[in-house]
Amino acid sequence: MKKYTDSGKKDTRSGFGAGLTELGKTNENVVALCADLTGSLKMDEFKENHPERFFQVGIAEANMMGIAAGMTIGGKIPFTGTFANFSTGRVYDQIRQSIAYSDKNVKICASHAGVTLGEDGATHQILEDLGLMKMLPGMTVINTCDYNQTKAATLAIAEHHGPVYLRFGRPKVANFTQENQKFEIGKALQLQKGNDVTIVATGHLVWEALVAAEALHEKGISAEVINIHTIKPLDANAILKSVEKTGCIVTAEEHNYLGGLGESVSRVLAENKPTPQEFVATQDTFGESGTPEQLMDKYGLNAEAILKAVKKVMARK
Amino acid sequence: MPDYNYLNDLIIQVRRDILRQVHKVNSGHPGGSLGCTEFFVALYNELLDRKEGFDMDGIGEDIFFLSNGHISPVFYSVLARSGYFPVEELNTFRLIDSRLQGHPTTHEGLPGVRVASGSLGQGISVSIGAAEAKKLNKDNHLIYTLCGDGELQEGQNWEAIMYAAANNVDNLIVTIDLNGQQIDGSTNNVLPMGNLKAKFEAFGWEVLEIHEGNDLKAVIEGMISAKEKSGKGKPVCVLLQTVMGNGVDFMMHTHAWHGKAPNDEQLETALAQNPETLGDY
Repeated sequence: MKKYTDSGKKDTRSGFGAGLTELGKTNENVVALCADLTGSLKMDEFKENHPERFFQVGIAEANMMGIAAGMTIGGKIPFTGTFANFSTGRVYDQIRQSIAYSDKNVKICASHAGVTLGEDGATHQILEDLGLMKMLPGMTVINTCDYNQTKAATLAIAEHHGPVYLRFGRPKVANFTQENQKFEIGKALQLQKGNDVTIVATGHLVWEALVAAEALHEKGISAEVINIHTIKPLDANAILKSVEKTGCIVTAEEHNYLGGLGESVSRVLAENKPTPQEFVATQDTFGESGTPEQLMDKYGLNAEAILKAVKKVMARK
Repeated sequence: MPDYNYLNDLIIQVRRDILRQVHKVNSGHPGGSLGCTEFFVALYNELLDRKEGFDMDGIGEDIFFLSNGHISPVFYSVLARSGYFPVEELNTFRLIDSRLQGHPTTHEGLPGVRVASGSLGQGISVSIGAAEAKKLNKDNHLIYTLCGDGELQEGQNWEAIMYAAANNVDNLIVTIDLNGQQIDGSTNNVLPMGNLKAKFEAFGWEVLEIHEGNDLKAVIEGMISAKEKSGKGKPVCVLLQTVMGNGVDFMMHTHAWHGKAPNDEQLETALAQNPETLGDY
């Protein structure tokens, strides 16, 4: 079994900041907009290096989305930055009409997604954003797993023409994917080969899936682990190929089980190869205040929860 | 010197286009469209510095955004009669498989449209973005926008209005169609907006009023003054007083024709008040 090592905990939002900094140097059409959260989104370096291409819009997210849409008319590639909650639910209609329906090349970059935002509590912890964004026709939806992958995704979406939702988080998590990796939108990554169960995970849950796979390996259970960084378009072939072999699947995400990765996977399975599936996700609930670790534990979003789900799903084969 | 004979003929023909589009599908918004006819004719014939053809980025030309997308009939008519697409296509307004959707969209690739509008309150924000892009591109052209007065009840406008002044977006001319009507009645009854001139000025805008918004000469001269006020550090707002339903006596001065189509008899009466000039489609 392949071992993955944590090269040192880093936050995914810093991966976004690093990617944006690099884009500032390499792509003069990239512009950045922020709604009073420059530090939180790690956009400071871009702002310092390219003040003329940085737009502080204040606490006015709807206006930010409209300005971003307008900037594409003139060839700019706007990256908007605010929390995931204010990047989606608050401005759904603006994104729907001015960006998605109008097919504008805007990159909606959303930090502090999910319960790992922590102590701020439920008002700031959106667990519905993947669903909201994936329902918009033409929207590409990406949720990255670590610092390196977030940086790679940030660089990749600048090259992709069309609206993109890029979701990442606040806490420092294991950084285990390769530095300077190539990021291919819509391409699932097989991290671990296995025969007994498929675990597909996205975002912060990918590392937890690897931890779970290691524990399973010790018990003699071989788990296939797939990193789904792109929720839409979903790499259906990778999922189907895997369940063909394993016959059961666990999906894991820091999101409501309604509307997230798990539901997208269910549709693929229902249409092609009905397969027992268990969902590691929040169960139609809001979050609350607490440390990220406490919340991941309470809401069943860690390796332990994945292990339980694996046991359950394998019994259903 | 504008060719007033031609422009007046065009205004009448655009009114006919509006009425006929809406009548054919028994849906659409004639009132606000008729009220803004002079503005659109002035804009596309005398004000916008336009290039031949259409490209989305609009580099090296002035750009117009329609924020109150429901007045699509006047927008489509003037776009067609300005050469963006065949005038005959007005026959497809609001029909299945048409590029002329109920509210304008880029989705169907209609030349002349650069953003979808219909859900109100988003146009000024988009215009600011396009204006900022022009500045980054060192493109010395202007962004024009039209909003309804009732539309200003949407809060996003005020975020945008604050931003434009704070950031000296002075290549932007926002016109407010002050017809005083919205779906449920007069704006004063539904939600009074107070003194809009004072409000825009308090937000740091240059404000200009056109009291006779259905007088072509007044509109052209007023908009030329607005253009002259651009480029001086402040965004420019034009308060354009119009009469909803202008040019058709029974549609004027009421919100009743905001979103209602004339029946056969009413169409005949309305068209008789605006005899054909440049040729129907």
